[in-house]
Amino acid sequence: MKIPLSYNARSLLQRPVSTAFTALGIALVVAVFIGMLALANGFRAALVRTGSPENVLILRNGADSELSSSIDRQAASILTSSSHVAVGGDGRPMVSPEAYIVIPLPRKGFDTTGLANVVVRGVSPAVWSVRANLEIVAGRRPQSGRSEVCVGEKMAGRFDHTGIGETLRFGGRDWTVVCRFTAGGSAFESEIWGENEQVLPVFRRETFQSLTFRLKDPGAFEEAKRVLEADKRISVDVYREADFYAQQSQLLGSILQALAIMITGIMALGAVFGAINTMYAAVASRSPEIAVLLTLGFQPRSVLASFLAESALIALVGGVIGALMALPVNGMVTSTTNWASFSEIAFSFRITPGLLLSGILFALVMGLVGGFFPARRAARQPVVQALR
Amino acid sequence: MKFFHLVLANLGRHKRRTFLTIASVALALFLFASLQTVVTTLERASQFGGARRLVMMNASGFILPLPLSYANRLSAAKGITNVTWANWFGGKYGDDKTFFAQFAVDPKSYLEMYPELVVPEDQKQAFLQDRSAALIGVRLLDKFGWRVGQNVTLQGTIFPGAWTFTIRGVYTPSDAVINDDMMLFHHEYLEEKIGRPGIAGWYIIEIDDADNAAGAAKMLDDQFRNSSAPTKTGTEQAFNASFATMWGNVSLLMGTIGLAVVFAILLVTANAMMMSARERTGEVAVLKTIGFTDRTLFQLVMVEAGFIALTGALIGLGGAKLLYKLSNFNAGGFLPGFDVTTRTLMIGTGIALLLMLASGLVPAIRAARLPVVQALRRVE
Repeated sequence: MKIPLSYNARSLLQRPVSTAFTALGIALVVAVFIGMLALANGFRAALVRTGSPENVLILRNGADSELSSSIDRQAASILTSSSHVAVGGDGRPMVSPEAYIVIPLPRKGFDTTGLANVVVRGVSPAVWSVRANLEIVAGRRPQSGRSEVCVGEKMAGRFDHTGIGETLRFGGRDWTVVCRFTAGGSAFESEIWGENEQVLPVFRRETFQSLTFRLKDPGAFEEAKRVLEADKRISVDVYREADFYAQQSQLLGSILQALAIMITGIMALGAVFGAINTMYAAVASRSPEIAVLLTLGFQPRSVLASFLAESALIALVGGVIGALMALPVNGMVTSTTNWASFSEIAFSFRITPGLLLSGILFALVMGLVGGFFPARRAARQPVVQALR
Repeated sequence: MKFFHLVLANLGRHKRRTFLTIASVALALFLFASLQTVVTTLERASQFGGARRLVMMNASGFILPLPLSYANRLSAAKGITNVTWANWFGGKYGDDKTFFAQFAVDPKSYLEMYPELVVPEDQKQAFLQDRSAALIGVRLLDKFGWRVGQNVTLQGTIFPGAWTFTIRGVYTPSDAVINDDMMLFHHEYLEEKIGRPGIAGWYIIEIDDADNAAGAAKMLDDQFRNSSAPTKTGTEQAFNASFATMWGNVSLLMGTIGLAVVFAILLVTANAMMMSARERTGEVAVLKTIGFTDRTLFQLVMVEAGFIALTGALIGLGGAKLLYKLSNFNAGGFLPGFDVTTRTLMIGTGIALLLMLASGLVPAIRAARLPVVQALRRVE
């Protein structure tokens, strides 16, 4: 016969302080667990969402980032005339040969000691149709031939002079901010975009860094890759845009994840030790009670199940509190340097329902592991001795 | 204390419980020390810098080069005692394309500029004389199994192609904050192979008067203000400090997590210790009956709590210190000189003492104040 759960709930209420302590300890572990994975999640999401699977990104052969690549004008025109490039509604190829430059920009509220490295991307006017998830949320597109820029949504508020109509100075020239854009939460939102033909001469560059185009047939990526990489006139590496940016996030993404798992792993071990102690003490102080249960005819395995349930219950309460404690960080914007490009990228903590669930499951596991040995001791208790 | 054996006997009664409690304290403090050391290592890196060294970069961004011709103009400027330059190379090694830091430097002036890079004299001469020579950090010997005299080939990412260097020397940094996993080679070799564009990534300038760093920096920047590549000059320390800010809020994050860890484990541990004390009500009454004073009983409980907290601290903090020291950990080159500081150890010990008070005080006072008759009624 099963021992009703209300028995466990009542025994927990019998020792409110110790129950609260244990639950709170587990809650903190779960909160850190969810918080850190939300950080890794947000960082990954920002970079993974940066690319579209329908787009192709081209770098010079051997270059591992846009920063170290270069595509000269001749190569750019060969690539533009490729038959794999989609043609837009206006009859022009959907191609954006891009300049990629990292500039120092003072953070808001800092002087020159708080310089951040910000990406300036010189794009072609076609970029707004090449990249599908772009949206101008305020202002208008920069006009071709003018010294105008569009800033990513995450730039505003973190840097001075990023408001519409304001003047941003970099590369020895003044640029008027004419719009602000979003890009589905991706890394593009941490960048400043101007026209490529304006950006290149200012930085005395003769070549583009990368070239992105929309595939005419989304299924023909492998074919396009084979043809372009085999083309003797150019020496390039061809990536699916989404894969490329996902790969750029790998280093830091896995550092964050490994850190999260290591830190919470050690914390969890400590919390489990604590839970074991608490449950042992609980079992020890209730040995007469357990003996009575056994005498009444409850099976040892019911007693085992009952104590496991009690421990799981504490952990569950802790898990839920922990999840609630972690929730406020959702959407909080933080920034770090993406070492693959040496530039600063802003991203938000991202808590998903799946993450909350795994946090609560994690708590349950801690409770079950912590409860098992004490519960087994309770079940194996010799009745006669305990009843004395 | 003459009753110390009594404390030990109490600890030995529930061996498993004592072990688990000590282990959780040790884990908490190990984690605390590790996280805190990330913060202190970053802090130290941001404060490092020769007082007389300035760093000059292209004002438009660190990835843009400066003309090599600036070297002569810099050397001729007033109050400048040495000028050297370097370029980021960005090569990868081996089939798995392992990344590590390589710099093309002007060898002679660079080693003069950085006496912190200690190289045996014969290796230094060999490095200076061979145009395709490389000087490597001592860590790379272990990491890649390299030895002096060996040829190594890197794949360039910024400067494409295969680049072969001969290892002619090994340096050991005299200050742990300097990376011991870099490779230096002749800037001249780079220039030659890429068709002499005449570029330097950045200049490092030694001035004669450390107190005039700001003035000297301004004087140099003014000199190049209207040239093709305006410059931005600052002290080496300011450069390192701004590099450290690139990590963003990492310090804050580590600090917050460290606090949460400590608090979480303290809660659970204090709870377990208090519960174990409660079980002993009967015993305490017996001890009082046979003549133990309130004071002694108070001390007994506190010493027991202190023993657990401090043993945990010793294992956790000592373990962190030894582990990072012996494994020569540097977070893949990101955190050179990763070493638990004395300050961190002291803070950790302080936390352990706090734990002793938090977990021992309530049971100790309760033991001291216990009314004997009432408690004895429960003893069978």
